[in-house]
Amino acid sequence: METGTFRVKSGHAEMLKGGVIMDVVTADQARIAEEAGAVAVMALERVPSDIRAHGGVARMSDPLLVEEIMNAVTIPVMAKCRIGHFAEAQVLQAIGVDYIDESEVLTPADDNFHIDKWDFTVPFVCGARNLGEALRRIGEGAAMIRTKGEAGSGNIVEAVRHMRTVNDEIRRIHGLSREQLMTAAKDLGAPYELVLYVHENGKLPVVNFCAGGVATPADAALMMQLGADGIFVGSGIFKSENPAVRAKAVVEATTHYENPDVVAEVSKGLGEAMRGLEISQIPERELLATRGW
Amino acid sequence: MMRIGVLALQGDVREHSRMLAEAGVEPVSVKWPRELAALAGLIIPGGESTTIGKLLRRFDLLAPLQQAVREGFPVYGTCAGMILLADRVEGAGVDQPTIGGMDLTVRRNAFGRQRESFEADLDMPAVGDRPLPAVFIRAPLIEEVGPEVEVLARLPDGRVVAARQANLLVTSFHPELTNDARLHGYFAAMCAAARDPAAV
Repeated sequence: METGTFRVKSGHAEMLKGGVIMDVVTADQARIAEEAGAVAVMALERVPSDIRAHGGVARMSDPLLVEEIMNAVTIPVMAKCRIGHFAEAQVLQAIGVDYIDESEVLTPADDNFHIDKWDFTVPFVCGARNLGEALRRIGEGAAMIRTKGEAGSGNIVEAVRHMRTVNDEIRRIHGLSREQLMTAAKDLGAPYELVLYVHENGKLPVVNFCAGGVATPADAALMMQLGADGIFVGSGIFKSENPAVRAKAVVEATTHYENPDVVAEVSKGLGEAMRGLEISQIPERELLATRGW
Repeated sequence: MMRIGVLALQGDVREHSRMLAEAGVEPVSVKWPRELAALAGLIIPGGESTTIGKLLRRFDLLAPLQQAVREGFPVYGTCAGMILLADRVEGAGVDQPTIGGMDLTVRRNAFGRQRESFEADLDMPAVGDRPLPAVFIRAPLIEEVGPEVEVLARLPDGRVVAARQANLLVTSFHPELTNDARLHGYFAAMCAAARDPAAV
């Protein structure tokens, strides 16, 4: 019996496909998310839009809060650590979270290196804006990728850009001839073996969810049709007027993303969505997606 | 070609479809009750059992599936699917709908959290002499089996991880995350026999 194999780590992400992972900051919110049909929750002290508003250094959440959330629900619980902060990751593994998000939403702890994720039994999910970034993270041991979008913006445009970019680049690599792959790997800044995998299989070797900007059921349906394997919703649920109803609607739209009748039905009367931000109005130094290397 | 459905509300649908194709069966993705017609059987994939249960109820699949199971329709549940087919669930979430039909007591997340997830090779005579590679992810365990239930595989310490009762098949683990399609072949044979007992 062998624990912590890559198949066990990436296999867990396969089980989350077609589902919605919701940011929660209390045990009560976690129960609402589970009741709505979330496949997992992300335990946080603040959702990204509050991190943005609050300013200062954003760190790993208090382990006590994460444990309260783990005790409140039966679904998997994820938690975030800072980019490069392997000691925070060790803490999260020690308390037994099911997935660690090495996340650009928190303030990076290392401006050169991400965590060596092969060193852990608990699997990691990491953000990416393009194929090279995704493959570098997988090369470091990430067992799941999420496109970054712009967390806490309530604006889907960056999520769309990143998902389209990753999938366009996958199609391009898939169509290259074999002798072009080493140069492609050099240009992407990605490990050759993973570029070869993408060339041969026409997909990433791990699950790719969408994150950063989903606020409505139609946003979720859009991202699923663009090729996301599933959806992370951060501020979009609990910063809206009626979280329980909206959470359920996003879950149902994610399941039936290809069926506009269902998406229409579940979108009715949800109340006000979170207030979004125009990306061009976010000062460049406050953009979260550009964190990570 | 025989057609077997894969319940596609949430979970690792693609992996099961790939294994069915490898076992010589046409996989059909199922999201609506009408799509159950003309299928020889159904696989309930791995995923989150609370999520799948709620979506079954929300999209009117729960009652039709319960009816089909009562009438002998073959169903194979892996992990979350096993929880959904068990008559009794320990550690269930609040308001967790299940299909039931198998005289089993199943414990959710029986091995612990993700860091306790593991791979193992199992002896499973029903699919042949060669050990079967099995992936357990936050896996449930079969704690009690009724008299009509046949145990198909155990862990080395004796705990039950695969079972069959008439046309229902369940495994705690995920054969679909490996390259070994023997269990899908076994289920396809169950479906063929259920359809035409004389031919087998």
